[in-house]
Amino acid sequence: MEQTAKKTSIPSEEYFAPGHRACIGCGEVLALRLVCKALGKDVIIANATGCMEIVSSPFPNTSWEVPWIHTLFENTAAVASGIEGALKVLQRKKKISEKEITVVGMGGDGGTSDIGLQALSGALERGHDFLYVCFDNEAYMNTGIQRSSSTPYGAMTTTSPPGKVSIGQKTWKKNMPAIAVAHNIPYVATANPSYPRDLINKVNKAKSIKGAKYLHVYSVCPTGWRSAPERSIQLGKLAVETGLFPLYEVEHGQYRLTKKVSKIKPLDEYLKLQGRFRHLTEDLRKEIQERINQDYAQLQKKAGEV
Amino acid sequence: MTKRVGIEASIAVAEAAKLARIEVAAAYPITPQTHIVESLSEIVANGRVDAEFICVESEHSAMSACLGSSATGARTFTATAGQGLELMHEVLYVASSSRLPIVMAVCNRALSGPLNVWGDHSDAMAARDCGWIQIFSTSGQEAFDQTICAFRIAEDAKVLFPVMVHLDGFHVSHVVEPMLLLDQKEVDSFLPPYTYPFPLHPDKPVTMGAFAPPAIYTEARKAQEEALISTTDTIRSVWDDFGKRFGRHYTPVETYKAEGAEVMLLTMGSFSQPAELAIDKMRDEGKKVGLIKLRLWRPFPFDDLRQAVSGASVLAVFDRCLSYGGTGGPVCSEIKAACYGMEKSPHIVGFVGGLGGRDVLPEDFEQILQKAISDAEKGQDRAYEMIGVRE
Repeated sequence: MEQTAKKTSIPSEEYFAPGHRACIGCGEVLALRLVCKALGKDVIIANATGCMEIVSSPFPNTSWEVPWIHTLFENTAAVASGIEGALKVLQRKKKISEKEITVVGMGGDGGTSDIGLQALSGALERGHDFLYVCFDNEAYMNTGIQRSSSTPYGAMTTTSPPGKVSIGQKTWKKNMPAIAVAHNIPYVATANPSYPRDLINKVNKAKSIKGAKYLHVYSVCPTGWRSAPERSIQLGKLAVETGLFPLYEVEHGQYRLTKKVSKIKPLDEYLKLQGRFRHLTEDLRKEIQERINQDYAQLQKKAGEV
Repeated sequence: MTKRVGIEASIAVAEAAKLARIEVAAAYPITPQTHIVESLSEIVANGRVDAEFICVESEHSAMSACLGSSATGARTFTATAGQGLELMHEVLYVASSSRLPIVMAVCNRALSGPLNVWGDHSDAMAARDCGWIQIFSTSGQEAFDQTICAFRIAEDAKVLFPVMVHLDGFHVSHVVEPMLLLDQKEVDSFLPPYTYPFPLHPDKPVTMGAFAPPAIYTEARKAQEEALISTTDTIRSVWDDFGKRFGRHYTPVETYKAEGAEVMLLTMGSFSQPAELAIDKMRDEGKKVGLIKLRLWRPFPFDDLRQAVSGASVLAVFDRCLSYGGTGGPVCSEIKAACYGMEKSPHIVGFVGGLGGRDVLPEDFEQILQKAISDAEKGQDRAYEMIGVRE
C-alpha cells in the first residue's frame, strides 16, 4: 500500500501501569513506558535502586505488569546475568518452555556509570544475552539531585553547587555509550523519548540481536534540572537538535546517526530552559558550545558523515 | 555404599554440588576457596553436570547473579571466603529476605587488615545477622555431607532460606582426608529436583523486591525472623533422614564424652579435633571433662545448647573471632546469653584464639580447660582471654 518507509507504530499495550509516583513531567518514566511497550510481555526485568524502582514498587503496590526484580543499587547487570544463565539452563533441561524471553537490566545514570559500572562491565564482557538500559537523568535524583559522572559540565547539583570558587560540575559527562562500545558488544544505541519511534526501533533491534546490548536513554528530570514540566519533550528535542545528545547506534562497532542534524542549534536555547545552568557565564557557555561542536564533529566522523 | 576415598575437602564440596545437580554457579576465586571454584569449573566444562558457570568479576556480582538465578528458579550454588564474603555482605541480606534458597560454601578466612589469607571465623561472624542458615563443619566429610543436606534444607517449601556451609580455611578446605562420598543415585534419592514456587517468568509475572515503607518493614522483619526460627525442625528432619540413609548422623549441637562432665569446652568448626584429643587425655587422667561441638550457628539452637550444658559447672568457650571493644568472642557472648536465666548456668569463660591461621594444639585446649576450672574455683569473672599471644 505505502511505498515509503513504514513508520514504526507505538504498541498500544501497556506493561507499566499508571498510578506510579513519578514527578510531573518526568521524562524518565515516559522513556521507561516506551521501552516496556517495545519489549512486550515476554521479558524479565532486573531494576537497580533509583527513581524508577522507587516510584513503581511501594509494597503492596506495583506498576509492573511483567516479571520484575529489584535487589540493590550497583548489581543489576549481575542479577540480569544470573537470570539469563538460569533461563538458558532451565530451557536446555526443558524445565520451562523454550519461548524467547528478553532479559533486561535497567538503572539510572548513577547505577550505571558510577556504582554499577563494574557489574555492567562484567556482564557486557561475558556476553550475556541481555539488554541493559540506562535512563540518564544526569544526576542522583532519587536522593535529591547529587552529581554523578553523567552530570554535564557546569551543571548545578546539590553536591556540585556553583559558588564563589566553583562553576558547578567540574567534569565533562562520562561517555557511557563509548564505554559500552569498548566491550565489543554487538549493539549500542542512544535514544530519547522525544523521538519515540526511534526509541522503539532501537529496542526492537536490540531484542533481535543475540548477545549483550546497551541502550542509553536521555531522560529529562524537571525536578532536578529546574525546568518546567511541560517543557520535557521540547528539551528532549533540543538536546538532539543542539548536538548535545545525538541519536545514533553502533552495530558491531559501526557508528550510524539515526537522526542527522544538518545545522546544529545554538546550545543557549537548551541551557536557558533549565535552572541548573542559570549561573553559567558567557565564557563558560562558549566553552561548552565549543566542546559540543567538537564532540559532534567527532561523532559525525565516526559515523562516516564527513 | 560408596567406598572410602582420599579427597581434598574443597574438591569434595565441588563434587557435592555436582551430585546435587546444581543448575547455576556464579563464583569468584579467593584463597582458600579457590579449589572449589576450580573443581566446579572443571566439572561444568566436562559436562559432568548440566549447569551454567558464570565466571563473574567480583563476589558482589557472584551473589547478585545467584539472586537472579535463584529467583528464576534454578538450583544455585556459590562459594567464597573472607574478603569475598565481606564484599557480598549487602547482597546476603537480600538473598534471605527474598527467601532465595541459594547454597554457599564458605571457607572461613581471617579479614584484612593486616592481610591474612588463613583461617578463622571473622568472616562468618560478620555475616551472622544476614538471615542465612549457618552450619559449621568440623571435617571434609561433614562439609561434603552438609553441602548436600543444605540444598534439601534450603529448598524445603517450609524453609526457602539461603544456607552457608562453613568449612575452616586450610584446616578443612585444603586437607586431604579419607571420605565416604555418595553416588548420584543415592543423592538423587535424597534430594528431589528443585522447583521454586514463585519464579520470574512472563507466564505469571511477579514483582520481587518491592520496597517496604515504615508501615510494613517491621512486619517483614518479624515474619522473616519467625520463618528462620521455624526452620530448625526441617534442619533436624533432613539430618535425621540423611543419617538413616547414609549412617552419618548430625544434630544442631553435638557432644563428645559429655557424660558426667562437670567441665565442658565448646568449639565450632575444625578445632574440635584437637579439642577432642585434649578431652581424651584429661579423661584418661580421670578428669570429668567433655566437649560440645556447635554445628548450627543460625538459627541458634537455644534448647539444645541449654540441654548440653545442663550438667556442667564450668564451660570454656573457644572463639576464632574477636569482637573489638566488646565482650570478646561472638560465640561466647551468644552462649552467655543462651544460658542467662538458666536455673543452674555453668560458670562461662571465654577464650579467643586460632586467629589468622594460628594453630591451637591439644595442649592449648588442656590449658584453656585448666584456666576455666581455676577461674571458676576462684570465682573470677574475666571478660575473656586471648590465647597464644607472644609478648
